[in-house]
Amino acid sequence: MNTETGRHPGLNLGSGHAEAHGEAEALVFGFWVFMMSDLVTFGLLLATYVTMLDNLAGGPGPKDLFELKPVFIETLVLLTSSLTYGMAILSLKHDPGRRVQPVLAWLGLTLVLGLAFVAMEAKDLHALLAKGGAPQRSGFLSAFWALVPLHALHVTAAALWLMAIVAQVWRFGLDTPVKTALLRLGVLWHFLDVVWIAIISVVFLGGLA
Amino acid sequence: MSAPVETEDETGTPDGTPQQELRSYLWGYGLSLLLTLPVFGAVAWDWLPRAALWWAIGAAAVAQVAVQFRFFLHIRLKGQAKEDLQLVLFTALILAMMGGGTIWILHNLDGRMGGP
Repeated sequence: MNTETGRHPGLNLGSGHAEAHGEAEALVFGFWVFMMSDLVTFGLLLATYVTMLDNLAGGPGPKDLFELKPVFIETLVLLTSSLTYGMAILSLKHDPGRRVQPVLAWLGLTLVLGLAFVAMEAKDLHALLAKGGAPQRSGFLSAFWALVPLHALHVTAAALWLMAIVAQVWRFGLDTPVKTALLRLGVLWHFLDVVWIAIISVVFLGGLA
Repeated sequence: MSAPVETEDETGTPDGTPQQELRSYLWGYGLSLLLTLPVFGAVAWDWLPRAALWWAIGAAAVAQVAVQFRFFLHIRLKGQAKEDLQLVLFTALILAMMGGGTIWILHNLDGRMGGP
């Protein structure tokens, strides 16, 4: 099916973008190494959460604290933002006129979805505090607060990075540093989807089942 | 699959023609929704007994992670440098040992200490 092999994991820009494609190899691989170390962090916080599930110390548990509906909407928002990010990368890669506008439009939509996710998550965490779910209440809640807000912080950081890249596209156009930055942010953006799937399955769906 | 790639100006990038790539993203999105919606439905309306529900959530999550890696992160078994796949698989191994080990040991300890 393909005549070339990919040089690195993640979407390859291909020989139509020779300079960025060449530079991306080491940069994207390096970013994957970081991403995998981050995966270990999240995995172990998730394992800690599982070991803490029964340690309520008389405080509220999953069924008292969590609500399915906001988590459902947040999941849809995050999954959709992954698709729109993919569309941004595809228009970067394939737009015949190498136009900036379609890339910026998709990136803008992705940014809006990412920020909406963070806002909803912040509202949920605030509601949790109102229900007596502060991190110091029990071992269970400490583990929860170490895990879920850390993911939200990652999404916030990714959104800030996305804003910086949008500003760069605005100022410099689609040059090589911008292209390789978009490939790396893409790895982070899709990876945060994977982590969120693990979190909803164990924490929210598992807790409310 | 063995048909030659159209030779416009996009001759065989590693991810296929633009149409194939677009279709791949849409498939990924469709599959991820398909693996998400029924699970939320099952939890919201108690379609299954508890143990079966947990198994369903776990199976859907594993499939979902595979979909995300395949369609969005473009990690494949073939067609890319081997080191990258090895990096991901090795991390998965380390994580399985450390995460699984943590849960196993602490659960065991909890049992021996009488538990809360």
